[in-house]
Amino acid sequence: MNPFTLTRAASVDAAVRDFSGHEAAAYIGGGTNLLDLMKENVAHPQHLVGLNKLPLSSIESTTGGGLRLGATATNADTAWHAEVQQRYPLLSQAILAGASPQLRNMATNAGNLMQRTRCYYFYDTATPCNKREPGSGCAAIGGYNRIHAILGTSDSCIATHPSDMCVALAALEAVVQVQGPDGSRQIKFEDFHRLPEDAPERDNTLQAGELITSIDLPAQGFAENFAYLKLRDRQSYAFALVSVAVGLELDGNTIKEARLALGGVAHKPWRDKAAEHLLKGQPATEATFRKAAEAVLKEAKGQGTNDFKIELAKRAIVRALTQAAAGEQKASDVFTNSNP
Amino acid sequence: MSTDSNTKYVGKAPSRVEGPLKVTGQAKYSAEFSVPDLVYGYVVSSPVAKGKIRKIHADKILALPGVIQVFSHENVPTLAWFDRSYKDDVAPGGSPFRPLHDDEIKFSQQPVALVVAETFELARYAASVLEIEYEQEKHATDVEALREKGQEPGSGKTGYKPPVRRGNADKGLSKAEHRIKQEYIHGTQHHNPMEIFGATVHYHPDGKLTVYDKTQGVYNCQQYLKKVFGLSADKARVVNLFMGGGFGAGLRPQYELFLSVLAALELKRSIRLSLTRQQMFSLGHRPHTVQTVELGTGPGGELLGLKHKAVHETSRFEEYTENVVNWSGMLYQCPDVHLEYEVVPLDVFTPLDMRAPGAATGSIGLEVAMDEMAYEAGIDPLEFRRRNYADRDQNEDKPFSSKKLREVYDEGARRFGWDQRKMEPRSMREGNKLVGWGMAGGVWDASMQKAAAKASITADGKLTVSSAAGENGTGTYTVMTQIAAETLGLPMEAVTAKLGDTTLPEAPVQGGSWTAATVGSAVKSVCEALGEKLLKLAQKMDDSPLKGAKPEDVEFVNGLIRLRKEPRQSVVLRDVLQVSGEREIEADSSVMPNPLNMQKYSMHAHNAVFVEVQVDEDLGTIHVTRVVNVVAAGRIINQKTARSQVLGSVVWGISMALMEETVMDHRYGRYMNHNYAEYHVPVNADVRDIEVHFVEEEDPHVNPLGVKGIGEVGLLGVAAAITNAVYHATGKRVRSLPLTIDKLL
Repeated sequence: MNPFTLTRAASVDAAVRDFSGHEAAAYIGGGTNLLDLMKENVAHPQHLVGLNKLPLSSIESTTGGGLRLGATATNADTAWHAEVQQRYPLLSQAILAGASPQLRNMATNAGNLMQRTRCYYFYDTATPCNKREPGSGCAAIGGYNRIHAILGTSDSCIATHPSDMCVALAALEAVVQVQGPDGSRQIKFEDFHRLPEDAPERDNTLQAGELITSIDLPAQGFAENFAYLKLRDRQSYAFALVSVAVGLELDGNTIKEARLALGGVAHKPWRDKAAEHLLKGQPATEATFRKAAEAVLKEAKGQGTNDFKIELAKRAIVRALTQAAAGEQKASDVFTNSNP
Repeated sequence: MSTDSNTKYVGKAPSRVEGPLKVTGQAKYSAEFSVPDLVYGYVVSSPVAKGKIRKIHADKILALPGVIQVFSHENVPTLAWFDRSYKDDVAPGGSPFRPLHDDEIKFSQQPVALVVAETFELARYAASVLEIEYEQEKHATDVEALREKGQEPGSGKTGYKPPVRRGNADKGLSKAEHRIKQEYIHGTQHHNPMEIFGATVHYHPDGKLTVYDKTQGVYNCQQYLKKVFGLSADKARVVNLFMGGGFGAGLRPQYELFLSVLAALELKRSIRLSLTRQQMFSLGHRPHTVQTVELGTGPGGELLGLKHKAVHETSRFEEYTENVVNWSGMLYQCPDVHLEYEVVPLDVFTPLDMRAPGAATGSIGLEVAMDEMAYEAGIDPLEFRRRNYADRDQNEDKPFSSKKLREVYDEGARRFGWDQRKMEPRSMREGNKLVGWGMAGGVWDASMQKAAAKASITADGKLTVSSAAGENGTGTYTVMTQIAAETLGLPMEAVTAKLGDTTLPEAPVQGGSWTAATVGSAVKSVCEALGEKLLKLAQKMDDSPLKGAKPEDVEFVNGLIRLRKEPRQSVVLRDVLQVSGEREIEADSSVMPNPLNMQKYSMHAHNAVFVEVQVDEDLGTIHVTRVVNVVAAGRIINQKTARSQVLGSVVWGISMALMEETVMDHRYGRYMNHNYAEYHVPVNADVRDIEVHFVEEEDPHVNPLGVKGIGEVGLLGVAAAITNAVYHATGKRVRSLPLTIDKLL
């Protein structure tokens, strides 16, 4: 870990200015990932702009009937927020399926979006990694890649985005509000994270100095028929091998609206609109779910030790859709984790 | 100590005496002692698995203000030359690793330099930018690929028993009605105690050192320092009062000891050095092991032949051994047995004993094979074991000093409800989950070592007992306190137990489940010696009713010394002390195992584990919903700490079965999941109902206390029982652990 300076910004404008005025600056919220990366010599910021004093920790309704999640509200406060629990239980469950209570108490919502992959090779500076050191190669390809991606990979990177929260946000069609040196803009969630292509060092589409100010949820929360299913190597405090977020709107047994996103399988939360389209207007039956699952994984590519994820993802999709259609997970279920 | 069952403390369940210190943060661990004017060290680890260090560019970081020194093979002073100087008490054969000795890289993450600076942060930063040039050579690290290169070890380390052969196993197997032959594999595991290895070395103005080091044996570390650095005992005091888990990782001096003492001596400064979690994976490990087991039974389900072979890795420089296969010649009756054991030298660090070394591994192979054999022969797995019960240790051809494994089977089966089990796989369900019931068991040495202890009592009736054993968190302080209080008839509050300091009487490393038997016996012995002195003083008192009584005629109860036959004839202990005019009365004693009994008897602890799993077949998830672990380990001194030991073992068994594995990328010869996020051990959510029971054994032969130790036996069979339960649930036999989701899909 290199020596660095730290300032605590009092306003968003000041934060953005402070960032732009320093070489190799980074924003820091809860620090639950960035500090690890610094200790492991993966990240080397010279200057940190602390965000926790910014007035961005509230959770409040938007004029469009949605909910605005402040960038610096903690994951814990968000998951346990009454309105989130009642209207967006999918999000609540996804957040609580991640990390540990201690981490969720520190981690912020914006930070959750900004967390980096858990790829073993990314964290170990003794091995090559294009994400850490562009051009050095990808050691995960042909290596130990049990936790790696099966969708949207490239020859330069097969890392996954590790978040649970973001899988739910993708399914819920959240919008990310950002502010940067050139003003503010909004980014659709599906456009926020990116696929590795030939630039895996870039996890997302933020421009230099841009700061997330909030994550906005649209009105529709799928509170009746939803599921967050997370499969992992132990029952808590492990990243997803595969996770599935589902939101359904049913008319009797017919699917009117469907959202389907996967975690642990790609460089970004993997939302599949084509598969959603296959579900719409169809009866909520296992046959329908299977069809959607097959469609999602049609282009999937195993890397050796993660081949099992392809079949596991299919089964997880069917199970999550079944649970959502049956209304098995309830808004009040947030205490129980979403394990099968 | 009174040997009747009317004990006051022994066999009861007092809470651990150091508990309040631990929960109030007063218990100090080795890397947190406050010492004035500390400097800080940070270890630089090799990124390559094999090769040479070409150049260390220390100049750049030495120029940073506050960086004091960079130690490496380029500037380490001349130290002891011969291998034997680096051999510790529990070293295997070969040539021990010497940190910073030369330019050779023998394993990935080998420590290659120590950066010392005025602050920890600076040392860490300087280490991160220290430029080192390496010359890489081709390495080999894959034991599965190189298993054919295995060789039977030479002498092995202390306690190693060469594989047993008796009768003709092939002939026995050829007569069998039913036969199985299978291969079982588990990956590498690292001890990963919560507390990181670290040391604080206090450099005193007179040049003496007090070394607070994380270790399971302070004397073992002191011996090492004496031999390697030529220090006298009074110049190198080693202290370790508490430990945040050891599990075997602290049996041998680890490199933080060498590096911190080296720096303290060279710089004449006090230093603190802590490894990182990642560097914890550069220490010893439970080796990746491939086992083959072949069994055959006759018409009545009797074992007619047994073959068991194990192969695992060792380092290129030391021949690590553990007893993997011999348990298979002992646990069941079988006339024709052929056991084989081989090690393959690879470019890795030397493996290291990890809870129930060898037996934890061997019991997976044997006990899963026994389950497979039971199914092949169509016999209930527990009944199958009963039919092959060994009443005698066939390996040694000796009777057991005691063995209540039959009672263990009965007790376990009754408490678990084994008679409700349907034999057929996939025959039990709960909701949409498959339910499986499995069982397994194990056997472990009941050892005792030589140890010394000291006792002293002051005029106010306060007793202090001490021995330089360790406290791994197992309850040693408490057990010592109980035994001392019991022996001298004092309340536990009047007794202080001292451990983990080379200024105390010598005791062996804390391992092998022998501490209760060893240190407990030493404490009992020294308290009896002190009791004799007190009796003599009591007899000198005017009108003493104890005049003429021999030590065996009296007992110490409730602060009194009284005649056994006439309990009303007594003197108050405190009066004895006061009248004597002595400020303090002391006694020393040492104990060793009885060689005659050892020659005559096979001394072992046994257990059996019954497990229920629930399996979601579609998703491949396994939940261990219920475990009953019954242990026969002689006499239980403390029901509470003993139970906690076994509970911990069950959790570890769940870990071995379902999640624990250090995975190496052989292209780099490097462990890749070297952190707590990716090296999985169970969390609370993974652990459900666990029942622990003891079937106590009266064993007059094993040691003066009749205890066998329970640190390790509790782990045996847990992983095998889970594997067997998963088979029962699903009909799928997984022979490679850990049993992760992908293996069940």
